[in-house]
Amino acid sequence: MAAKTLTIDGKQISADQGATILDAATDAGITIPTLCHLDGVYDVGACRLCLVEVAGINKLLPACTTRVHEGMVIKTDSERLRKYRRMTLELLFAERNHVCAVCVANGHCELQSLAYSLGMDHVRYDYRFPKWGVDNTHTLFGMDHNRCILCMRCVRVCWHIEGAGTKNVSGRGSGSQIISDLNQPWGTSDTCTRCGKCVMACPTGALFAKGATVSEMERDRTRLEFIVTAREKKQWIA
Amino acid sequence: MIIDDLTEITEKELASRKKFTIRCCVAAGCVSSNSVGVKEALERAVRDAGLEDQVEVRGVGCMKLCCQGPLVQVDERNESPGATVEIRSVDTGPLYQKVTPEDASALIGTLQGGSSNLSQADPKHPFFAEQLPIVLANSGVIDPDRIESYIAAEGYQALHDVLRELTPKDVLDSVLQSGLRGRGGAGYPTGLKWGTVAKTPGTQKYVICNADEGDPGAFMDRSVLESDPHSVLEGMAIAGYAVGASQGFIYVRAEYPLAITRLQTAIKQAKQLGLLGSGIFESPFNFNIDLRIGAGAFVCGEETALMASVEGKRGTPRPRPPFPAESGLYGCPTLINNVETFANIAPIIRKGAEWFSGIGTEKSKGTKVFALAGKITNTGLIEVPMGTPLRKIVELMGGGAPDGGQIKAVQTGGPSGGCIPADALDTPVDYESLTQLGSIMGSGGMIVMDETTRMVDVARFFMEFCMDESCGKCIPCRAGTVQMHEILTRILNRKATRRDLEKLEELCDMVRHTSLCGLGQTAPNPVISTLRYFRNEYSELLVEDAYGPRRNGNGQCAQPTADSTL
Repeated sequence: MAAKTLTIDGKQISADQGATILDAATDAGITIPTLCHLDGVYDVGACRLCLVEVAGINKLLPACTTRVHEGMVIKTDSERLRKYRRMTLELLFAERNHVCAVCVANGHCELQSLAYSLGMDHVRYDYRFPKWGVDNTHTLFGMDHNRCILCMRCVRVCWHIEGAGTKNVSGRGSGSQIISDLNQPWGTSDTCTRCGKCVMACPTGALFAKGATVSEMERDRTRLEFIVTAREKKQWIA
Repeated sequence: MIIDDLTEITEKELASRKKFTIRCCVAAGCVSSNSVGVKEALERAVRDAGLEDQVEVRGVGCMKLCCQGPLVQVDERNESPGATVEIRSVDTGPLYQKVTPEDASALIGTLQGGSSNLSQADPKHPFFAEQLPIVLANSGVIDPDRIESYIAAEGYQALHDVLRELTPKDVLDSVLQSGLRGRGGAGYPTGLKWGTVAKTPGTQKYVICNADEGDPGAFMDRSVLESDPHSVLEGMAIAGYAVGASQGFIYVRAEYPLAITRLQTAIKQAKQLGLLGSGIFESPFNFNIDLRIGAGAFVCGEETALMASVEGKRGTPRPRPPFPAESGLYGCPTLINNVETFANIAPIIRKGAEWFSGIGTEKSKGTKVFALAGKITNTGLIEVPMGTPLRKIVELMGGGAPDGGQIKAVQTGGPSGGCIPADALDTPVDYESLTQLGSIMGSGGMIVMDETTRMVDVARFFMEFCMDESCGKCIPCRAGTVQMHEILTRILNRKATRRDLEKLEELCDMVRHTSLCGLGQTAPNPVISTLRYFRNEYSELLVEDAYGPRRNGNGQCAQPTADSTL
């Protein structure tokens, strides 16, 4: 396989022919923010966070689906790209109900960490507060549509890695929704193999393993006594 | 089928012509005002008058002046006996408008010298006289349900010549030389596209006709399919020969039931006569065409989404490259063109590339069909040479705004296009000029607005359309259109401030540059173009910031700023 040489962010690098810009950048230790990309499944170019500027091309190109060419000059970071990426995240946060404080994925959420790293410190658009439900019918897993960003990672791993074909998308536009089989409760799905790949693939807390949060919440009743004593007797018991 | 069979059908068809041909429009526009009833009444009246051997009542395609339907034209046979093709004597036959079934006997009476006070359209009006029909040449002349009628109008001659006398390379050269550009809106040179597909290696290739016409106010492709379905089939078969494909698909939206029926009939008839199928015109060329019916998604007019839909998948676009010419339907090289593009092919082959490239402007050749709609006197279809000034189209041919109104703007290109203000009406209509004005040629919808139209309303209408039709795959289009629609609604409700307008403009820029497919990339266009020409209409609706003038750190009012003026 022939190698191609190209320039990313001023750095000369070589990449395999047929590699994507994202592959090439990752190899060279350059980080491009991604959200719908998942190593091991094919790319769809949907989240638009990995858009990069390529010299000589007017349009911004998604790094995950654009193949490298000889002599390409690529910029993965510019004021304009940072602004678009921040806006994309703002749009995502405003779109559904992403409340980090009560989310199972708080602290290990890709959406959250991207917001940190790209400096999206507040959302300027109106929160839509849509009424999405939670599907808790599956014995092992749950799906909270309020936290879904429609990256389709779960659909792709379900169809192309597990081969079960349980997960799919219904509706369109902002009404799109991840469904199980023919839009039925996940627990009643005949095709689901309970492999859990979708849960592992999910970048946010939309798909989660049941019990991971709730059963871990053990109550410490002695704290009540501590507070009451402190308030009434002004004593701080050990 | 050989060439002699075609000639024989033509001769038989012409010989069977009666003294009078009464052409009654049976395209969707007139059908909706009961032209089928009119046609039946006319047939009855002919029988009652005992004129069956002298009068033929023929259902034909669109006669263009849709707002005055149902339209009926009486055509007296006056061509010389040696005429070899079906022609229509536009200048002679009276064109009756708004015909009702009750008018039938009076109309037939006029053939016997009687007089009537039926309402007539003037065929010499610029609306008709300034048209140059190429795509619509057969529309309103032939019977779309009978292949013989199309053959009599030189139909399938081009296919014969291509298969028996030309190499695929000759065909490609012809199309390239003609200067034909894609009529779907983007204007990509058709010859170049065909050449790419032809050169891409592959044992299986496909030809797809995009008949998923979805722009609000556009009905050109529907009329072509309903009036002259065989011209599209012939164009596709020629394309198949040129690029080396043996299978074609027509992707037509389910909202066009009449077009679907006519296409089904046309495909069946063409197969019966061996004009589709294997060994066409006793050449080694095989070509089949199948229909695929869309399920009501605007985005499926985008080529990659359309192909996904044909494959039976969810109709969402995918990033290009690879382009369909390289990897399209089922991963095979695929040629995908619009209805009107295919309808141009047979005339180009028949009359030559030089003839075609002699029409239009330097960069935009041939004619373009437009659907005139909105606040305009003559609603209907027009086909004019490229480069015709917009003013001529809307004021001379379209008759201007009704009731003496003033035209304020013309919207072209549907939700992907923009509004052209009245003072730019002298612009010639071609791909480049319209792009320069911030609009696009688009597929041919032309919506005229008068001074009662509020431009912010227009922008919001199109934004709502894009929001509803977004497939939901990429974030800028899915969530961005929702936010833009929200801000436009707030502006209309007089609840938005200058900062909201800034946010709207920022979103327009972002959605345009980051969306995955054409739908998202062009969704902000109606807002951008109305802001460009009618910014005052936006600023008039803005209010002061709800929090009042900004305060400084001490809780005191800062100096009032010039916030309210833009």
